[in-house]
Amino acid sequence: MAKLMVVFRTSPYGTIYSFEGLENVLIMGAYDQDVSVLFIDDGVLAIKKGMDNSSTGIKDFSPTFRALEAYDIEKIFIDRTSMESRGLKLEDLVIEPEIIEADAVEKMMEEQKNFFMF
Amino acid sequence: MKFGLLITEGPYQHEASDSAYQFAKAALAKGHEILRIFFYSDGVLNSTKLMDPQADDRHIQKQWTELSTSNNIDVIVCVAAAKRRGINDDVIADGFKIGGLGMLTELAIEADRLVEFRA
Amino acid sequence: MLHLINKSPFESMSLEDCLKYANKGASILLYEDGIYAAMPGTAVSERMAGVTADYKVYALKEDMMLRGVDKVMDGVTEIDYAGFVGLVEESKTASW
Repeated sequence: MAKLMVVFRTSPYGTIYSFEGLENVLIMGAYDQDVSVLFIDDGVLAIKKGMDNSSTGIKDFSPTFRALEAYDIEKIFIDRTSMESRGLKLEDLVIEPEIIEADAVEKMMEEQKNFFMF
Repeated sequence: MKFGLLITEGPYQHEASDSAYQFAKAALAKGHEILRIFFYSDGVLNSTKLMDPQADDRHIQKQWTELSTSNNIDVIVCVAAAKRRGINDDVIADGFKIGGLGMLTELAIEADRLVEFRA
Repeated sequence: MLHLINKSPFESMSLEDCLKYANKGASILLYEDGIYAAMPGTAVSERMAGVTADYKVYALKEDMMLRGVDKVMDGVTEIDYAGFVGLVEESKTASW
């Protein structure tokens, strides 16, 4: 079983990276690997509560993050400073990731067989 | 070593595809194996044979086709990202294949190194 | 770890974001618009002098030439694509 990780570091909607990154995570869940998900920088904004796409029609994919556990993806982390510097707390998020500190991020990357950044 | 490349930007708009191409050539020249080159997000637009740049510029699709066919490299265009952007079997150039996103996971499992070229 | 930076420091936070997570001694390759961070005599040169003290910083020669940047500041090592591949042989890569 390979350790694989997807790092979300871009905001949603302005660009498609976090949406297509999420599609990648869902596929990875089907491969029975040791998958982690990490939110850093603007990536934390992709799991903010209260998104309303009724005025634009752009697909709201934030509910899909809540389904990650159903895809056997349970290792979900968020960088504390990225979250706090954007004025967010855990209760503002659609899921409840485990909080980690910035100095743990590189080590987490090093531990993977490979990882993606979206 | 076994390398995998992921490219998430379209041609010309961003340098990512050019950088990935130069990196791939340099990796092959050093004797590395490239297991697969995977095009995702706007990267899928690198595969269209409708591309027709001015004659004094490089032809990005033809560069990839030539690299793929002469070195027998698996070059995959993600089907989900491609459908969204109007890329299908009618427009895809030789040397590219449309494939599932699972092939990116498989690449991450098998490659010693995965290198992302992105915006 | 090899961190790949391809954005201008005058336009993007990507280098500063990377530095929040990169442990001292890590390698940073500046390529594409990232090479502007290594251009001597700019508003970020002083900041970059500090970065080169803590990290191994490289700049991709082909992207320097393309942009008419003929030299980089002290502490930054110029490499070509073969050198880029060499760095990837040594480390996993993070693309910022």
